[in-house]
Amino acid sequence: MSSALGKDLLGLEPLTAAQIKLVLDTAGPFKEISERAIKKVPTLRGSTIVNLFFEASTRTRISFEFAEKRLSADPVNVASSGSSVQKGETLVDTARNLEAMRIDMVVIRHGASGAAQFLADRIESKVVNAGDGTHEHPTQGLLDLLTLRDHFGRLDGLRVCICGDVLHSRVARSNIWGLRKMGAEVGVCGPRSLLPNAIDAFGVTVFDHIEDAIQWADALNVLRLQLERMQAGYIPSLREYNRVFGVSRERLERAPKDILILHPGPMNRGVEIDSDVADGPHSVILDQVTNGVAVRMAVLYLLAGGRPDLAEAAKGGEGRGVGA
Amino acid sequence: MASTSDTVLDARSVARTLRRMADEIVELNEGTDNLILVGIQRRGVQLAARLASGIQQRENVEVPQGALDITLYRDDLQTVGPRPVVGPTHLPWSIDGKVVVIVDDVLYTGRTVRAALDELADFGRPARIALAVLVDRGGRELPIQPDVVGRTVEAQKGQRVDVLVEELDGRDAVVITAREDGA
Repeated sequence: MSSALGKDLLGLEPLTAAQIKLVLDTAGPFKEISERAIKKVPTLRGSTIVNLFFEASTRTRISFEFAEKRLSADPVNVASSGSSVQKGETLVDTARNLEAMRIDMVVIRHGASGAAQFLADRIESKVVNAGDGTHEHPTQGLLDLLTLRDHFGRLDGLRVCICGDVLHSRVARSNIWGLRKMGAEVGVCGPRSLLPNAIDAFGVTVFDHIEDAIQWADALNVLRLQLERMQAGYIPSLREYNRVFGVSRERLERAPKDILILHPGPMNRGVEIDSDVADGPHSVILDQVTNGVAVRMAVLYLLAGGRPDLAEAAKGGEGRGVGA
Repeated sequence: MASTSDTVLDARSVARTLRRMADEIVELNEGTDNLILVGIQRRGVQLAARLASGIQQRENVEVPQGALDITLYRDDLQTVGPRPVVGPTHLPWSIDGKVVVIVDDVLYTGRTVRAALDELADFGRPARIALAVLVDRGGRELPIQPDVVGRTVEAQKGQRVDVLVEELDGRDAVVITAREDGA
């Protein structure tokens, strides 16, 4: 028996709607733990989790570390700079060496799409994808789903538009997979140069004008515009991007209803999103950060444990289910 | 999988038993001062609410209630694996210096109570923790004993003892089910 989610969490594409719902339902009670005076439960006591970050990350790494510590696991942080990775060690060798020190789980952030899968296929430890190239960032997708569900009470039938650099965004991909599986309608809006060629294959509605997206949507998930995209020639200038695609208060005021604003961070204020929107009454950007810890606790919990060999040995223990 | 069920307590006897337990809790505490009832998710929560309303009727005092979900404090995550977290832990009052009565439906191995004691310790330091259960079915695996018991039943290892409550199950009852394929 593997866990309810399987051995690893590599993306939202391989998950069923029921599995996604299980994570969201499990995250609810985990939120309460972060409100306690002692923000810790003993659930993963004795588990060692390695946070293997080959790309810069503040929010995601700290969020995972909080989640691990609040479940009483022992986190070890490995960053590519200052480690043997800099000396040219391969990903698999790094992970195998860590595994030889007896670890239980690896949380990996890597610049190459498919790196998490590649690792999961080669080591016994459970692998959680914390972002791989432009492929997926499943825990970000899950925390966006949780934030939307908390606010609207449902995901089914909800209209969510993902705005900005969809082409390079793993957050966009995880959102599209997760939202569509949960019955939401997904739109994307951005310059055609920053949308994948095969965007139609994702089953989304494409908006060329942010005004049209705002007319349509219940919520906007505004992606970070990587500043280096300008140098690469995807957009003429940041100022022009803001003028054509920026989410501003003036634009939102013309919407038929209040629109919920999400952003995975870090924000470029004045580029993809204006400050009075990011800090405005309909922004749930900080709720996303709070929910991120709860969702990651839920994922770690659901992947943990469940050793059938040990269960067999312990049989004759508790006879009943949750009660007794 | 054939199975036969025996009703140990029907709705009226459950009500009568809970009334008596409410009185015993007040006696144990010599009054209602500093008393907090904490139900274990799930059915302990409903039973705690009944006990609180019983105390309210007799003593005219509203006793604070809380709820504890002990799933994250279980000792079998490594073996059995994660189980759905069934409900939130909700302890809006400080438990420091209070008399906390843990309320659960069935006392069996004692492992749930062990987990509940650990969880309570993370919320504070009560003056006393007591245990009230509707049914004690024996079969303890830990040195844990109840302070207030509704009914003691002799149940074999392969049997299930279930407490049903109106709010979740549509009726109040205590039922023993013999599993013919039981352990």
